[in-house]
Amino acid sequence: MAAARDLETLQRELVPVAGAATVSHGCFVFALAPGELAPTARRLRDEFGFDVLLDVTAVDWPGDALRFEVVHHFYSTAHKVRVRLKTRVAADEPVVDSLGALYGSAAFMERECHDMYGIGFRGNFDLRPILLYEGFVGHPLRKDYPKQREQPLVPYRD
Amino acid sequence: MDARTIPIAPLLPAAAANTPRVKDAAFEYLTTRKDELIGWARKFSLFPYPFVTACCAMEFMAVSASPYDTDRFGAALPRFSPRQADLLMVVGTVTHKQAPVLLKVWEQMCEPKWVMAFGVCASSGGFYQNYAALQGIDKIIPVDVYVPGCPPRPEMVIDGIMQLQDKIARSSHPVVTDTF
Amino acid sequence: MDTLTSFPNPVRSIFEATRDDSVIVNIGPSHPATHGTVQIIAELDGERVLRTDVHCGYLHRGFEKECEDHTWHNLIPYVDRLNYVSALVNDFAYCDAVEQLMGVEITPRCRYLRTLLSEYSRVVDHLTCVAAGLMEMGAMTAFLYLVMVRDFMYEHLAALTGARVTYSYGRIGGLARDLPDGWLVRLEEILVQYEEFVGRVHALVDRNRIFIDRLRDVGTITTADALSLGCTGPILRSTGVPRDLRKDTPYLAYAELDFDIPVGIKGDNYDRYFVRMREMDESVYMIRQLAQMLPEGPINVDDRRCTFPEKTLVYSQIESLINHFKLVMDGPSVPPGEIYCAHEAPNGELGFYLVSTGGGTPYKVHVRSPSFVHMGAASRMLDGGQLADIVPTFGSINMIGGECDR
Repeated sequence: MAAARDLETLQRELVPVAGAATVSHGCFVFALAPGELAPTARRLRDEFGFDVLLDVTAVDWPGDALRFEVVHHFYSTAHKVRVRLKTRVAADEPVVDSLGALYGSAAFMERECHDMYGIGFRGNFDLRPILLYEGFVGHPLRKDYPKQREQPLVPYRD
Repeated sequence: MDARTIPIAPLLPAAAANTPRVKDAAFEYLTTRKDELIGWARKFSLFPYPFVTACCAMEFMAVSASPYDTDRFGAALPRFSPRQADLLMVVGTVTHKQAPVLLKVWEQMCEPKWVMAFGVCASSGGFYQNYAALQGIDKIIPVDVYVPGCPPRPEMVIDGIMQLQDKIARSSHPVVTDTF
Repeated sequence: MDTLTSFPNPVRSIFEATRDDSVIVNIGPSHPATHGTVQIIAELDGERVLRTDVHCGYLHRGFEKECEDHTWHNLIPYVDRLNYVSALVNDFAYCDAVEQLMGVEITPRCRYLRTLLSEYSRVVDHLTCVAAGLMEMGAMTAFLYLVMVRDFMYEHLAALTGARVTYSYGRIGGLARDLPDGWLVRLEEILVQYEEFVGRVHALVDRNRIFIDRLRDVGTITTADALSLGCTGPILRSTGVPRDLRKDTPYLAYAELDFDIPVGIKGDNYDRYFVRMREMDESVYMIRQLAQMLPEGPINVDDRRCTFPEKTLVYSQIESLINHFKLVMDGPSVPPGEIYCAHEAPNGELGFYLVSTGGGTPYKVHVRSPSFVHMGAASRMLDGGQLADIVPTFGSINMIGGECDR
């Protein structure tokens, strides 16, 4: 099948770059270095037809040296298959490249990731809070933010 | 009840609705009758401002349509301007981001005004006990009727409206001075 | 005299007026037509919208953080309240993700019943979207007709699940309970009523000059833009692309059903309205097929890792008691791993990205919500139109606050 052959090509060509390719429940997973994220995403879109950026999120592993794992999901409407790209960044400089130049959907999703985890996106100049509000201090989805710490904007009546 | 009232006009002194009946020997009969009349008129012509945020909106739509219908209570027409509304129905979760907006809308409403906390998120925060949700709107505005439920069945909402109507009927309605 | 409280503004606009004759107008977040809680800051030149800045997040209720504190089972009510208009789809997508991660295979009856209920929820969602959208343009009659049918469906689902709007009916490994007697009979009655009322709405709206003028060529988006901006679901299909996860990557029982994918021609509001109306018809067709195909058998898979044992056994056997206790207190034990599982929700691709480090509570539950991504695309559809077009365009995007802001 053309689709399967393309996927083998995908796996073969990206593995030297990515270093590791696993299949997780029907989704190709590549673990990359932060510098390779944008070029790999460009190749995925241009050469392999992954035309939809589904999701940008992060996972916080507080015990590890490279604390944050930024996860991107892509979908190909032609091949009907998904790819996950994972990148690790350290806590003192959690910055990756923005995919805003490739996909329009990256804008909002990167804003949310920045809001929740504090991940910076180089090239995205609009990282205003989207789910949280101006004046919120901290990044709530990090494991060290206590769930019930509220930061009310309006003083409570007594 | 709450000190945050906006003066109506220079001619009339500041009115304070929803105050308990003040015993005034000279005009007691007149006051009672006047209060009953105005209470009856007000309770059957509620103009809700549906401050809709979340899932309870589905039940709000259901209670406005048949077979539950708020039109039977005279509360059919939602007024989307706070200046024209007198019942603020806070439908759904109010988050800390939304709280200033809620306060602004409530303050823009003119007296007499009532607040219904529709749903358990508006009453007490619901099951969102975290950094984002305001744990009950009564932390920022006074509430007259709480309708719990996640979301409440339309019958519960109607019960809440009827209890509010009883409250309106029972309370005093000073319209000329602040006691009469 | 001024007793209005002042407090900091929760959002910051990204633009100032670029021209002397343009006005910046704030729409929302408490607005009848922004479906709850979205704020649109629009720069207007007269009635024409030059550009918009869409602010969501007013309903951010901390779903992901809340999930990390609950067991895999206990967070099903939170999942319900994401897309609260079609709550069952969320339940089943989440349960499917956990079941795949655990390696649990659901029973055939559960599979068909979940498909049937997903399609039922799709009908409810599209009814609500179309009803609200038409009401915002003044068609109160259509709203009342469609909400009446929706109310029948709510009562019907309440007979099955116990709740009208947010059901918490899905369970890891199955469903909460089986169909009551007479449920399928009532289903057919409701579908007949549905056809009658939707027929009336078609008669009122489809060839109505006013609605065609207001919806045709308004809020247009091209296929390339839609794909680049991550649009899926009816928005993508209205541009003419027949992409639907139920056909492309079939899950549940969709591979065995006969249905079509309605597509639009121009990607405007009229196409989105019509795609939703036709999708409802296709869903009703699927529901009728599924009601015939429903096999007998157990609802829950007989797997003690996730299914609660029978109450009689819990009270008589120590193993069942311990199993029940562990499932309630610790939660079903999900092996370490991660999964991204997507279902075709009425709004588009609803994905759950779950990360497990073993144990009964999740490490991370992330929702790829179609509404949030569509909010990013909203500016593209709103810019260049009229101020009055913001309302129907926004209604046709079907932004659901619970899903958008999570």
